[in-house]
Amino acid sequence: MTQAQLQETANIPALLEEPGVRKWQDFFGFQTDHKVIGIQYLVTSFIFYCIGGVMADLVRTELRTPEVDFVTPEVYNSLFTLHATIMIFLWIVPAGAGFANYLIPLMIGAKDMAFPRLNAVAFWMIPPAGVLLIASLVVGDAPDAGWTSYPPLSLVTGQVGEGIWIMSVLLLGTSSILGSINFLVTLIKMRIPSMDIHKMPLFCWAMFATSSLVLVSTPVLAAGLILLSFDLIAGTTFFNPTGGGDPVVYQHMFWFYSHPAVYIMILPFFGAISEIIPIHSRKPIFGYKAIAYSSLAISFLGLIVWAHHMFTSGIPGWLRMFFMITTMIIAVPTGIKIFSWLATMWGGKIRLNSAMLFAIGFVGTFVIGGISGVMLAAVPFDIHVHDTYFVVAHLHYVLFGGSVLGIFAAIYHWFPKMTGRMVNEFWGKVHFALTIVGLNMTFLPMHKLGLMGMNRRIAQYDPKFTTLNEICTYGSYILAISTFPFIINAIWSWLYGEKAGNNPWRALTLEWMTTSPPAIENFDRTPVLATGPYDYGLERANEGVPLSDPNPILSGGPNSVLRAEPDPAVAANPEDRK
Amino acid sequence: MQSQTIDPAKTELNHHHAAEASVGHHEEHPDHRLFGLYVFLIAEGMIFMGLFGAYLAFRATLPVWPPAGTPELELLLPGVNTINLISSSFVMHNADTAIKKNDPRGARIWLAITALMGATFLVGQVYEYTHLEFGLTTNLFASAFYVLTGFHGLHVTIGVLAIVAVLWRSRTPGHYSNEKHFGIEAAEIYWHFVDVIWIILFGLLYLL
Repeated sequence: MTQAQLQETANIPALLEEPGVRKWQDFFGFQTDHKVIGIQYLVTSFIFYCIGGVMADLVRTELRTPEVDFVTPEVYNSLFTLHATIMIFLWIVPAGAGFANYLIPLMIGAKDMAFPRLNAVAFWMIPPAGVLLIASLVVGDAPDAGWTSYPPLSLVTGQVGEGIWIMSVLLLGTSSILGSINFLVTLIKMRIPSMDIHKMPLFCWAMFATSSLVLVSTPVLAAGLILLSFDLIAGTTFFNPTGGGDPVVYQHMFWFYSHPAVYIMILPFFGAISEIIPIHSRKPIFGYKAIAYSSLAISFLGLIVWAHHMFTSGIPGWLRMFFMITTMIIAVPTGIKIFSWLATMWGGKIRLNSAMLFAIGFVGTFVIGGISGVMLAAVPFDIHVHDTYFVVAHLHYVLFGGSVLGIFAAIYHWFPKMTGRMVNEFWGKVHFALTIVGLNMTFLPMHKLGLMGMNRRIAQYDPKFTTLNEICTYGSYILAISTFPFIINAIWSWLYGEKAGNNPWRALTLEWMTTSPPAIENFDRTPVLATGPYDYGLERANEGVPLSDPNPILSGGPNSVLRAEPDPAVAANPEDRK
Repeated sequence: MQSQTIDPAKTELNHHHAAEASVGHHEEHPDHRLFGLYVFLIAEGMIFMGLFGAYLAFRATLPVWPPAGTPELELLLPGVNTINLISSSFVMHNADTAIKKNDPRGARIWLAITALMGATFLVGQVYEYTHLEFGLTTNLFASAFYVLTGFHGLHVTIGVLAIVAVLWRSRTPGHYSNEKHFGIEAAEIYWHFVDVIWIILFGLLYLL
């Protein structure tokens, strides 16, 4: 047999010619391939990001002047309610699930998730929930009680809108729970035999922590929403003081989920950044176990700090102390991660490509958001700035400066794997520059506004806040503009970009050991680990083959997925370790 | 060499994957459904924990509980119902034991009895609802009573439906055997879960 014939037999038809999944139409249907579902999640959530972003810009346009002159106050209330709900439940959380879907099976050497059909079901709950939520704006009764939906306010304003909000969030929560069951079972049960938990990539650790958090906290929100919907529809008074109910109980139930939710929104991107920084610094990660276990510490602590959102809700003083202290303790595991990333970059051969720029931007802006978070954890300070723009600034530094920059870093980093094409670095850097300028211009002045006493969720304000608000508004326009280079770059590069090859970054984690984009079942045989995931520049990596491949036929062919290609200039040089 | 490249076992696995799409990489652990079920029940349990927590919070904030004027709850019917439900868990366990001894007929009988006992519980609950002297909106205790027991009743209903589904499937000879009985085992675990939740619920609402 000639080499070509052997090559042909090596390409097992079932692997490469299974009907369909590569066709673009398949991304619009019910598919069970985790990679298709991952991209479905990412693209869908990005569409919602654009919709939520337009709403944010409408809110900011209203706030450009002190008077109510752009939209009516009712529409304004609906806009900020929907903006927050969409950005949290339809953009950041599903985007994290998208990366998890795409990457977890690849990173642990599995063929698919543990429950592929459940996975598809979990995804397909999202579009209807999102359409439902946005359609409420069109039919003229959109939810308008803020994304927290605090009773009794939420029980007296727009009944239909509130019902829609509850229905939509319950659907999204169910989707999130089903997804996290899948991630947990996959991570625990489906790793290749040679991968013990301390060889698992850090993104997998982060998703393990995130999924555990979702599993424990999301059902409590569901319980709260069930009671709230009874109040709304059946006339019970669980949260309605007029009938003896207690709205603070709702706040406890809501924040028991929604505080962990901030970690659900940031931990996956902590994980992604932990992948991106060592790869593009060409150095082993500093403190692998510290980063891994700090994720677990964050998810545990995240569950016992919820009442720091309720310092002004009339909870007893000793309880405030408890929640203040536990909240501040979270800065410790978070700091461990930050310093580990900095130590990883220290002395590395940093490639300043778009992914790494976004990762560095993530670390920088997240630290600002983290520090204002510690400030807010202090009871006296929180009472002073409660429900002001200081809180808005803090949460946007964490969620935009953290999660959103993390999402973009991850997209730029894994784009070659997902599409088989490189992104255009120039436009990636333009995107980064516009984003970082827009983000700081929009949210930095809000700290000052908050300290000056400007309330959040108001359409009309004291004229003395005008200048700062104008700056914020123009910053938000820059953020809107920054999306265009990204969209055009992503579409253009997907279609016409330079071919990426299997491992353009010379990375050592398993997802880079298969074709780009990966074949239907990821690997044509069970991979075997020979190095750790982050052994860049270590002498062991000189051997260059992290996966043992006894079969010479499969090596070098188009389906040769088991051969690592260490960067000859970098990995082979032990000096890089310094 | 060629025999390594075209591995019939692997190709078959791929076909199986295309059809079933739930087979993982580890042939020695062909499915993870049981573990997945346990993880799912953690989430289910947390919904109930949320509801129980809310109930305890309402109870703690009100000076008198149940609020003055709430009619006393009868204990006889729910007590019998509780004994019925707890017993049904043991009956269900017999079904599982039977199938593990490769006795599908025995398993079917035990399953049928469990389903019947579950249905009896539901009938008892509905009977109790129709004879209670308070409605959903009477006061906070009444609302919590109906929502909590109702939500649990919904889970009992799902459990009964699951058992009936397993029973329906087991009419095919050989569908369940001592080697392949995930359906029965899953229904059993779910049934035990529903039972445990009821014990907590009964303690909270009727006894405490």
